[in-house]
Amino acid sequence: MFGFVRDIPAKNKKSKYIVDLDNVTVRFNKASENVDNLKEYFVKMIHHELMFQEFLALQDITLKIKPGEAWGFVGTNGAGKSTLLKVISKILKPYKGTVSVNGTIASLIELGAGIDPQLTARENIFLNGTILGYSKKFIESKFDDIVSFSELDEFLDSPVKNFSSGMKTRLSFSIATVMEPEILIVDEILAVGDALFRKKCMDRMNHMLSGGTTLLLVSHNISDIQRLCTKAMWINRGKTVMTGEVSEVCTAYQENIAALKEKERIEREKKKQLDAGKKAQ
Amino acid sequence: MTKTKLRFMPKEGSFIEAFKYHDLLSQLVSRDLKLKYRRSFLGYLWSILNPLLVMTVMTIVFSTMFGRNLPNFPIYLLCGRIIFEFINTSTGKALGSITDNAVLLKKTYVSKFMFPLAKVTSSMIDFVFSMGALIIVMAFLSIIRGECLFSFYNLLFPLVVIQVYLFSLGLGFLLAELHVFFRDIRYIYNAITVAWLYLSAIFYDANMLKAVPWVQFVVEKINPAYIYIKQFRDIIWMGRNGLEFVYNTRIFAQYFLVGTAYALAMLAIGIFFFRRKQDKFILYI
Repeated sequence: MFGFVRDIPAKNKKSKYIVDLDNVTVRFNKASENVDNLKEYFVKMIHHELMFQEFLALQDITLKIKPGEAWGFVGTNGAGKSTLLKVISKILKPYKGTVSVNGTIASLIELGAGIDPQLTARENIFLNGTILGYSKKFIESKFDDIVSFSELDEFLDSPVKNFSSGMKTRLSFSIATVMEPEILIVDEILAVGDALFRKKCMDRMNHMLSGGTTLLLVSHNISDIQRLCTKAMWINRGKTVMTGEVSEVCTAYQENIAALKEKERIEREKKKQLDAGKKAQ
Repeated sequence: MTKTKLRFMPKEGSFIEAFKYHDLLSQLVSRDLKLKYRRSFLGYLWSILNPLLVMTVMTIVFSTMFGRNLPNFPIYLLCGRIIFEFINTSTGKALGSITDNAVLLKKTYVSKFMFPLAKVTSSMIDFVFSMGALIIVMAFLSIIRGECLFSFYNLLFPLVVIQVYLFSLGLGFLLAELHVFFRDIRYIYNAITVAWLYLSAIFYDANMLKAVPWVQFVVEKINPAYIYIKQFRDIIWMGRNGLEFVYNTRIFAQYFLVGTAYALAMLAIGIFFFRRKQDKFILYI
């Protein structure tokens, strides 16, 4: 069940990659009717209607990330980018393939997940911090840092349910980034907050990157990815389309998007012409 | 970095891993307690007042029916009730603990054992508060009777609390896991607990069932709730008869062993099933 494991020295072959995904496949059940109670379960079982409709959110993804690299993930909505980040942060277990992660992770996937609206900001700092795996002692020592970064000194003892969404984001970002993680996972979070705080977040992330933190970033903002990342992966419908240097992947992706848009435009025009032709008749 | 250090590395997803999150456990428990008591005028007093009120009503209703042969009926009743209430509320809250934290579990990795564990633990603290009601009733009856109803044997109560805690934990894991896949488990379990309440000899004497031997057997020997209630009564209600208690030590020890076996078996079952299915939770919540 558990054991004492020796920390592997950095030179060891195993820890060459900080994130190592090997042929990872993630499977969901897409069954139209979700059977979530016993009554339906037995009824369906008797009628032999218990179906499992397979849906592969990720297929054979292989990804090897070295310490200190910054990776961007691009792809259209529903391509599997967030699923991939969830696999790396251990939230989802792959159906096939192996995942190995050799470092502490701070994942900023939808900030505010661990925030309890009934509790005060002070209580939330401790609750959310312990959810992220920090010890109480560590949070106490970093408490002032968190508060000053979030600029919420005045509201420390008011319940978070009265906070604006910007304030909540500030609070959770400050908690999540107080520890310098070895891997920082960011999923499209920097959309909230005013320009000033956004800049502060960027500064903090840049500071971490210069300190050797590995960054995994999902964003629809290609310029953000080009600015922060060195490598990129393009995913479409759960499959890798392209992996490589950020400029190449982003260019290819943007060309593809442009081509798709162009194709759509042409089709729309064709349709218009057809409609016009029908009307004329 | 040539220095290698030994580090406690529990396997991911194992029950032991939950201990790595002990700070989170205390945060979750204190959140439950704060939210429960913060906005009520009487605060922690509610934990004492609620069983007192229920006990008063039940004493009035049942003392004439069942209480004739039971000395100090209010204590007898309260002992049974607070133990049953501990099992009932802790498992009932643990049941929904995974599904209620769906948002959190979808976005961060935490040992999933934490959530039922926190609910059962906060219920245990509630239980300890509600023992205040027991002290009040015992003091009150001591004054009326003119004899002290307290004894040093009363201090053995943690023996029972540990058994009930482990048992509820096991059952809580099992229910929390089932609730993820079958949401109607909540209603089924509610129905079961009503039957369980009546089968646990809380407001009557189990000896009254001797007309139907198999029912008495089920209540006294099979029903884990009764096994814990019986021990708790031996310690609190019978405790004052020090000699009698010593005389009954062998019987108490039997109940203690059976109760502990039940608790450990339930815990093992709960952990086993919970652990086996926990990776699928995320797909169903």
